[in-house]
Order: sequence, then C-alpha cells, then structure tokens
Amino acid sequence: MESELVIEDLECVYKKPSTLTDTPLHYCPGCGHSIVHKFIMEVVEEMGIQETTIGVAPVGCSVFAYNYMNVDMQEAAHGRASAVATGIKRVRPDKFVYSYQGDGDLAAIGTAETIHTVNRGENILMIFINNAIYGMTGGQMAPTTLAGQVTSTSPYGRDVKQIGYPLKITEMIAMLPGAYYVTRQSINNVNSCRKLKKAIRIGFENQKLDKGTSFIEVVSNCPSGWKQTPLETMTWIEENMFPTYPLGDIKVSK
Amino acid sequence: MEKKINKTEARLMKGNEALAEAAIRAGMDAYFGYPITPQSEILEYFETEIPKRKGVVLQAESELAAINMIYGAAGAGARVMTTSSSPGISLMQEGLSYIAAAQLPCLVVNVVRGGPGLGTIQPSQGDYFQAVKGGGHGDYHLIVLAPSSVQEMADFVFLGFRLAEKYRMPAMILSDGALGQMMEKVDLPEEGSLPHTIPGWATMGKPASRERNIITSLHLQSEKMEEINLVLQENYKKLKSEVRFEEFQTSDADILLVAFGLSARVCQKTVELAREKGIKVGLLRPITLYPFPSVRIKELAAKVDFILDVEMNAGQMVEDVALAVNGIKPVHFKGRMGGMIPSPEDVLEEIESIIEKQSVGVF
Repeated sequence: MESELVIEDLECVYKKPSTLTDTPLHYCPGCGHSIVHKFIMEVVEEMGIQETTIGVAPVGCSVFAYNYMNVDMQEAAHGRASAVATGIKRVRPDKFVYSYQGDGDLAAIGTAETIHTVNRGENILMIFINNAIYGMTGGQMAPTTLAGQVTSTSPYGRDVKQIGYPLKITEMIAMLPGAYYVTRQSINNVNSCRKLKKAIRIGFENQKLDKGTSFIEVVSNCPSGWKQTPLETMTWIEENMFPTYPLGDIKVSK
Repeated sequence: MEKKINKTEARLMKGNEALAEAAIRAGMDAYFGYPITPQSEILEYFETEIPKRKGVVLQAESELAAINMIYGAAGAGARVMTTSSSPGISLMQEGLSYIAAAQLPCLVVNVVRGGPGLGTIQPSQGDYFQAVKGGGHGDYHLIVLAPSSVQEMADFVFLGFRLAEKYRMPAMILSDGALGQMMEKVDLPEEGSLPHTIPGWATMGKPASRERNIITSLHLQSEKMEEINLVLQENYKKLKSEVRFEEFQTSDADILLVAFGLSARVCQKTVELAREKGIKVGLLRPITLYPFPSVRIKELAAKVDFILDVEMNAGQMVEDVALAVNGIKPVHFKGRMGGMIPSPEDVLEEIESIIEKQSVGVF
C-alpha cells in the first residue's frame, strides 16, 4: 500500500542546507561538530559558493567531514590541514578555501603549520574546534585541556607543573600581522550559535578582500570524552571553558 | 619577460640549476620547498625566476609543510614539485605515503647527501632503499629516476612529470650532491612541450553537474582498503613497461658492472681502464631504479663470469641485483660511504682481486 504525506499551506521555516549530504552523521549525540558543519554549509549555500569552495578535513573525530559537506574536499594528515589548504589556495587563488581542525591537530602536532600559515596571511578561513580533549582516540589530554581537567592521560587532573598550561593558540596567532580576523565563538546556546554562524560568514566573505587569514575558534564539547550528558556539557563549557577561553572577537582588522 | 632559448643552444649550468630551469620549462605550476644543502640553489633559482615568469614558489616552514602543500596543490590538479636532501626527504615520508595512497602525481627530487643522521653534505647514494622500497608507511612505491649527468637532471624533470601524471603516482629523481653541484653542458628542452590539463578528479570546486571530488587516503573498512591497495599494485605492474637502462660495452663482456647515477660514471671509466688491460668489462646502468631492470640484468648475468655492483653506500641496490641474478652467477659489491666516491681505479682493483681470488661473491 502506498502512502503519501501531504503537507499543504504550511510555511517552511527550517530545512537542511542542500550543501549537506544525506549521509547520517557518525558523531556522538550532542557533539558540537554537527552544529559547526551545518553552519559552514549553510554559509556556503547562502553565499552561493558551492562551486568555488574547497575544504580540508583533519585527523580526529571530524576526519570524515567530507562525507557530510557537499563540496570538493581533501583529507589532510594529522596537523597539516593548513599546509594542505595553503597548497590549494596558492594554485587556485580564485577559490574559497577553508580548513577544519580540532585542538590536538591544530594546536599540538600542527602548531608550526598553524602559526606559519597565519603569519603568511594565507587568504583562507581556518576553523578550530576546541573541546579540550582528543575525542577520536578516546579522550586523551589535549594542548587545550584545562588545568586540573581529568582525561584518560591525565587521570589525576592536568598537572600544569608537569605538562604545561592550556595553550591559548588563538590569542597567540592574533598577534601575527598575517591574521586579518580572529574570533572565539561557541555552540553553548542559541545566541552563541547565531554569533558563530555570523563569524563563519565573515570568514568566507573576507577571502574576497585578500587581506589575510581568518581564524575562528569554536569552544565546543565532547559528551563522550567528558563523560557528561549533552546538556551537562553546555553548563560545563560555561563554567569551566569560558574562564580560560573567553568568547568574542580577538582581532578585527579594517 | 621570459627568454626563449633554442634547444640547440647549449648552456653551462649546475645540476641543481638545470633541474630548476627545466621544471619551469616543463610547465611546473607550483614549487614548495625548504632550504637544505646541497640543493638550496633550486629554491633560490625559483625565487629568482618564477616572479619574472609564471607559477607559484613558496618557501615553506619545514619539509613537513612543503610536502603537505604539494599534497594540496596536486589534489587541486596542479603540476607540482618539491626538492630536498636526505634528512629533509626523511621528514617528507609521511606525506609521500599519503600522496601515493591518494594517487596524486607530483615530482620529488632528492639530492642525496651522506648519512645516516645529519651526516655530511657530500654526495651519497645511501637513500636507495628509502626511495625504491617506498620510504614511508604502508605498501607503495615511487617512480624512481636516477640521473648521471647535468643533462639528465634537466631531462628527467620532463620524464618525471610525464610518468607521474600518466600513472597518477609520485615520481622521484634520486640525484646526489655531486650531480647537483657540478657544472656541465646542458641542452634545455623547449618550453611548452609538455602539455597539462587539469584532471577530472581534482578538487576545483563542485559544479552541480558532478558529485564532489574527495582526495583522501582513509578507508576504515579493510575490504575497501585492500581494494585501494590492489589498485596501487596493479598500477605498479603496468609501470614495468617503463623500465629504462643504459648499457656500455656489454656485448662481449666477461664481467658485468651494475651501477647507477654518479657511480655509473665512475664505472664507465673503469670499463675503459679494464679493457686497456685486456679485461672485458661491461656496464649496465639502471635509469629507472623503480621499476628495476631485473629482466635485462638476468639476461646479461647468464653471459658473464660474475657481476660487480658498485654504489656510494653500504650495499643497497646490490640486493635487487642479486634478486634479479637469482644465484646463477656470483654477485659482488664495492661501495664507499659517508660522502666518499669510489675511483675508477678502486673499482678496477676490486675486479682484479675478485678474478685473482676466484671468490664466490657476497650473494
């Protein structure tokens, strides 16, 4: 028996952007990656730049970003996404190029690439997901793990005397002349999400100006790694992450 | 403005500079590199010439970054090259494994210096294993070309790009510090003689008319990853038709020398010296180290008393020679290490010593 669902005379107020594929997401329930993926793809759709956008996926939980983002993409080695994005942008300067990396990828193994890409002022958008943990490998300590935070490799809490302090790489790169737009946003509530999407739009639009690198840190969560419910992670972000990683624009050039 | 130079007009150039000029003439779109002796002239040449002509040149913050820029640019369909010397090439191995797995064409040049470790800046062939057996993790190969003159430093840029693009895999020119630094006469190939079109698989932005293009080496399902491996292996089988080698006085030889690159130049002189003494020596010089001229070496082995493999290392290609000869004749080895170059007389002395002792060979 065939059935047909007919909805008439209703206004469509929300839909998935056409730039996201129909592939079911592999992310844990409540994970911030899916939210950020959606905003990037909404911006690509709204700007009408699907045909001229090339993305670079990282190593980490978002290693399969290219399964969801319906644009041409390259999968980079761990830490090297901004070098790969540099290679693409240098030979295809008329395209919109963005990289997407987590904290271990961008701020530990890829620190040199991150700093030098921004220092060269590569005309790309770098998106940095900071959830203070290595999610994919099972919740190990990240460069951005908070002081005292318990992870599988800091089981007694991060001891800053022994292993150092949470790395505020976004503030570091904001000092570089090549950085054109540096901001820190979050996914902790609807208001933050709106601001994040606006920042992503600015990051893509900036590539038309060719004035330097746009860099967006997203303070995100990891329900599985933090061993919290998605709702609990939002409170934890506000109470624990924001004091170390305060939100807002860090550098806005004219 | 670009100066067109007629192919018949010879120039006196350093190997490194001839290679760089050839790359520009071969239509290289982009070069990413990092300084290291004895090949820094290549980056210097590009930084001087490319702004006046066409293309992209970028001094990366490390060899790690350079090879990953190559990955990105090659994935975006550009004709790209990087160069380095031994320690820097070691740093590029992870990236090369990704490039091989993602089936991206590119050209990598190793102007080899003596190792291991920081080693020396003098010429060596100590990176044969690394170049020919893969180098990084996983089952893969590079096309490996071994020049033995400044002319071949230039010519193999064209050959390297052509083969890399035909087989969608990285190609390596395995040179050494002496070939990079020495000056010789070179006839440069004509500009524009190697056409290049952007391949359909490149990430150029997804038009509505096609599915998105994805450059990746990640396939978590073992069945899929084995499929990718089988595609690579099939490609390496096809590559066997590209075997290249050169022979010198092999038709009546009683003794066969096998040597590549700079060692082959030494051995060519040994052949002359030996023949003056009435010892019939011939030389086979592999030009492609991968694919390796195993078939021809086996044919020649049947006709000679023994084989002497000569290298500037502790004995690396000799293993492939011995595999080819497969025990039908003794295989001997003569090598110098750490940046030392054997002299033609050293090699002749080794031949005479083997004849005198009737020794059985190392393999």
